[in-house]
Amino acid sequence: MIRFEHVTFRYSEESQPVLRDLNLEIPAGELALLLGATGSGKTTFLRAINGLVPHFTGGHLTGSVSVNGRSTQVNKPRELADLVGFVPQDPVSGFVTDLVEDELAYAMECLGIDPPIMRRRVEEILDLLGLTELRTRPLHTLSGGQQQRVAIGSVLTAQPEVLVLDEPTSALDPGAAEEVLAALHRLVHDLGITVVLAEHRLERVMQYCDSILLLENGSIRSGLPSELMQTSSIAPPVIHLGRLAGWDPLPISIRDARRAAPPLRALLANHAPAIRAVPTHSPRIAEIKNLHCSYGKNIVLRGVDLQLDAGEITALMGRNGAGKSTLLRTLVGLKDQVKGTVRINGVDPQTLAARDLLRHVGFVPQEPHDLFEALSVAAECKSSDTDAGCAPGTTRALLALMAPDVSDNTHPRDLSEGQQMLLALCLIVAAKPPLLLLDEPTRGLDYPTKKKLGEVLRGLAQSGHSVLLATHDVELVAELATRVVIMGDGEIVANGPTQAVVTDSPMFAPQVSKILAPERWITVEQIAQALKQESA
Amino acid sequence: MTPRWLHPCAWWLWSLCLAAAAAQTTNPLLLALLVCSAVIVVAARKPKAPWGKSFEFFLILGAMIITIRVLFQLVFGAGLGTTELFELPGVSFPDWMSGLRLGGSVTLEALLGAFYDGLRLATIAIVVGAANSLASPTRLLKAVPTALYELGVSIVVALTFVPQLTIDAGRIREMRRLRGRNTKGLRGFASLGLPVLAGALDRSIVLAESMDSRGYGRHQKETAVGRRLSIGLVLASLSLALIGVYSLLTAGMSAVIAMTILFIGLLMGGVTLWRAGRTRIRTVYRPDVWASPEWLVSVAGVAVLGIFLLVRIPSDQALVLAPLLNTWPTLPLWGLLAFGIACTPAITSPHPPEFDIGTSETLKAEILT
Repeated sequence: MIRFEHVTFRYSEESQPVLRDLNLEIPAGELALLLGATGSGKTTFLRAINGLVPHFTGGHLTGSVSVNGRSTQVNKPRELADLVGFVPQDPVSGFVTDLVEDELAYAMECLGIDPPIMRRRVEEILDLLGLTELRTRPLHTLSGGQQQRVAIGSVLTAQPEVLVLDEPTSALDPGAAEEVLAALHRLVHDLGITVVLAEHRLERVMQYCDSILLLENGSIRSGLPSELMQTSSIAPPVIHLGRLAGWDPLPISIRDARRAAPPLRALLANHAPAIRAVPTHSPRIAEIKNLHCSYGKNIVLRGVDLQLDAGEITALMGRNGAGKSTLLRTLVGLKDQVKGTVRINGVDPQTLAARDLLRHVGFVPQEPHDLFEALSVAAECKSSDTDAGCAPGTTRALLALMAPDVSDNTHPRDLSEGQQMLLALCLIVAAKPPLLLLDEPTRGLDYPTKKKLGEVLRGLAQSGHSVLLATHDVELVAELATRVVIMGDGEIVANGPTQAVVTDSPMFAPQVSKILAPERWITVEQIAQALKQESA
Repeated sequence: MTPRWLHPCAWWLWSLCLAAAAAQTTNPLLLALLVCSAVIVVAARKPKAPWGKSFEFFLILGAMIITIRVLFQLVFGAGLGTTELFELPGVSFPDWMSGLRLGGSVTLEALLGAFYDGLRLATIAIVVGAANSLASPTRLLKAVPTALYELGVSIVVALTFVPQLTIDAGRIREMRRLRGRNTKGLRGFASLGLPVLAGALDRSIVLAESMDSRGYGRHQKETAVGRRLSIGLVLASLSLALIGVYSLLTAGMSAVIAMTILFIGLLMGGVTLWRAGRTRIRTVYRPDVWASPEWLVSVAGVAVLGIFLLVRIPSDQALVLAPLLNTWPTLPLWGLLAFGIACTPAITSPHPPEFDIGTSETLKAEILT
């Protein structure tokens, strides 16, 4: 269906090629998962399928890409619209109309499809993706998962044979991600569509895919998941566990792993998971009492009580719209409360002047580049030193420690997403705020960068900061957090040590816990330790 | 009546007629009634959607127009009328600067005149704003002729970017505060420019990409002869229309000939549009229907304009439309009648669809409150 022949692509004559002499074929009806580190050219590869690369982005492409026999050399993206559906990473920016139904019909209007057929297809897609209830709603009032499904539906109405998705679940909570992936699964099975998707959250998608395309240094290795995963450095926890336990064939899904697990369970029977050290008697940093917040008539927080101590890494979880962001915003004084008190080291953050705020609480937003203002990394670090009132060079030294490969002259927006996150973290941490807040820090980060970020945060907690992170990433929480707080509908519904909270809830359980339940193992590392003791 | 979206053209026709009516008068009572009717209709039929929020902006814009107009009168005012209110320190320039004057005595008549004039402009802005918040700009696109569709899209995209920019600017201002910056003052404001523009650029690239990959701008290839014919038609129709308008406004040619030239020009323009539309392959999904509520709303607008135009003919109403500045303006009976008719869409049009907002996510809450 999709054929790459000797494809080499570079953005300019002088630069290194992003794709290097690619030769591959993706057969019809397959769900192919594209893997690769951040900046490895995944997005470029996906855009090459419908001709956005090079027609839209510019650059030099040699060799040929063809879909169903139609070459992207002679066909512009718009001429392939009836063949390839492309769903960008941020669906909201790609919306053209206001209402769900109109958005679904947009592609068909452009293709000039007869009104009666359009009407019928919209109804079909509404049913297929479970959007019937939402048909007349403005797009802005939908949740993230619903928006992503509308974005998928809006290209499906043109009845393409290939669907290309760039990180469709990265911004979604686990429930909404399931929703989207289940819809994709159905498309592959019922309509026989060929799907190519790139995703960092392998733990979510691995079980659904038929084949894997591994993009490294501009070239691609493709194969069955169980083969490629034997050696891949990018792998979800289930694979790491399988390799550790020496399971053969390597299980890809939780279900297969659970069936292979009994011998491992027997080995682990006499061991208990190593409990992460939770600091005791450490000073209290922040205290929230009976907090109520609302936007107009919508009540977002109702009666939240929360204490945060030094040395803790607290994970704040819950579905989109549960009030996580609002809680973070009240902690930095960006949002007024209706009732209740917020104190950081005994001070109300709302009363603090901007200069003093950073010395009490630091906040790294979801889009780290919102924090940037300078034209180079060096200038950014310099202005951060003035903001934080610390010795010149402090921020730069911090950055060199966290991300050694960032060069001074780069524009902050040109950094990879992981590097942007680390730079933003440095800008905030330079002032040494006792309380550090992060909103969805691992969105769009690959496994190595996530690991790096985890180490940095653990170091900060050990040096006496209290870290609070709002996240959907259950694996990160299992690896990192000492305590988990789960919110639902503006209230705290669970608050306790990571081990206990995540193993109790199927929605927030990491893969290892799903495989070995009811035992309370949550990370591969814990098991590696136990096995080492066992063999000793 | 079951809730549904009224045809956007009906709303626009109603509002443009009201605006045209407002242009006929400086009577503050009549203008106030027109503003009231716009407010009443918007209050009754405003949808709970992003574009529904823009009306308040137009009300503020109206207030600003009046303020600026009156301030200008204070500073540059020529001494109109005799009822002196107070004296501002002023400078008179010599005669060769055509008697330009700054400050000086301020008369009641001059201020009232400026106020009436500002109110007229403000009324026009407000009634146009009413249509803007009652009808979604993207729905209006559906009714645009195919040949103009692509032009329309760029205008609508530009329009919807403005509210997004203000949201971005607000967010980045917050982030500045988080970095320990003082965000108040001119410097704080100026430093927002670059990040906001960079964000807008990123978003527009995603949008363009998404539109391109969904087939926007697809059309059939035109033959070389066809293309030359199109260019010729465009040039000819534009020149004829220009000559027609010019000769109508200058009294060099008889009105009949001028009108004929203008008419031929417009006709050729229509043909050009039709020809251009033919090469586009666009179709429209569920076009808005034009049923009795649409008729009622547009007839209400036309009737109001009709009343204002009719009363211009009998000479005894001239002082009602443009009242003297030293007497209290009168409110004629036909003004009340026009007000009543202008308000009817508040009853005759269907309610916009209601939707359950669902979860209470921050962004949604911010958009809808």
